[in-house]
Amino acid sequence: MGASAGTPQGAALVTGASGGIGAAVAAALGGDHWPVGVCYRTHPERAQETLEAIERAGGSGIAIKVDVRDRAQLEGAFLALEERYGRVLVLVNNAGIRADDLALSLSDHDWSEVIDTNLSAAFAASRRALRGMLRARFGRIINIASVVGPRANAGQANYAAAKAGLIAMTRCIAVEVARRGITVNAIAPGLIETEMTADLDGSLLAAVPARRAGRPEEVAECARFLASPGASYITGTALFVDGGLSA
Amino acid sequence: MSSSLSSDDVYAGLREALIGLGAEQEQITPAATFEQLDVDSLDMVELAQIVEERFGVSIKGSDVAKIASLGEAAQWISDRA
Repeated sequence: MGASAGTPQGAALVTGASGGIGAAVAAALGGDHWPVGVCYRTHPERAQETLEAIERAGGSGIAIKVDVRDRAQLEGAFLALEERYGRVLVLVNNAGIRADDLALSLSDHDWSEVIDTNLSAAFAASRRALRGMLRARFGRIINIASVVGPRANAGQANYAAAKAGLIAMTRCIAVEVARRGITVNAIAPGLIETEMTADLDGSLLAAVPARRAGRPEEVAECARFLASPGASYITGTALFVDGGLSA
Repeated sequence: MSSSLSSDDVYAGLREALIGLGAEQEQITPAATFEQLDVDSLDMVELAQIVEERFGVSIKGSDVAKIASLGEAAQWISDRA
């Protein structure tokens, strides 16, 4: 069933759900009684841990191996969830990679990989999800962007372009489908303690007014809220979860 | 998909879909245009999706421009089903 009475029956699909923010979001949505498609690319054992966290939270789900850049695999993930739980009514585009370098030496390969994974795949997944959401007259798309995008960070031209693009895409799709009860929002995390940020030096932390890194659960709570009936009139926005970094 | 689908069958399907999209029942006639029925661009996308699922016919944006009325749409779809 959906998140609560009055919410249509369907599933949540979370990409990049085997670790960090994605795993926390999947667990939060599972706790809100959304059956969750835990999509992962490289770490089946971590996807399994995410499933266990969902079950501890009282929810259920399935792990699905999918490289989000591959449209056929993405389609397969949707079909697997639809067959088991019904339409995908919550989509969290979280899968993301980094390939940092100064622009002068950033390769075409690293540019494209990051854009394809962090932006183009999110668009493809959104387009696919909207079909079912349109018919259900209900849907929640949550794009995990980044404070990097609106805020400059040397060495991340590709990442920042993808994340800023994600926020722009969020706003455009939001206005296209708002009259169908579908909301599309972005969450822009700042410095969050995950494997992806483990190698960053301390200079970014010094710039965070909260004087600490955030936890994945602090991002997940926002996703849970945006997916909930309580957030039904919020669409086309980006919620910054960054300890004041962008303030 | 069956090739014996009549335009009347398709029309009935379109009528049902349009009611689902919120069109006024009494305004739905074979001569009615999508514009008269207040079918907007998002409705058209959804209608095309329903037509594809139900009749196995895919409609592109360029096709829609050539179709003036609901009756013409039913004929166009049944010709291709």
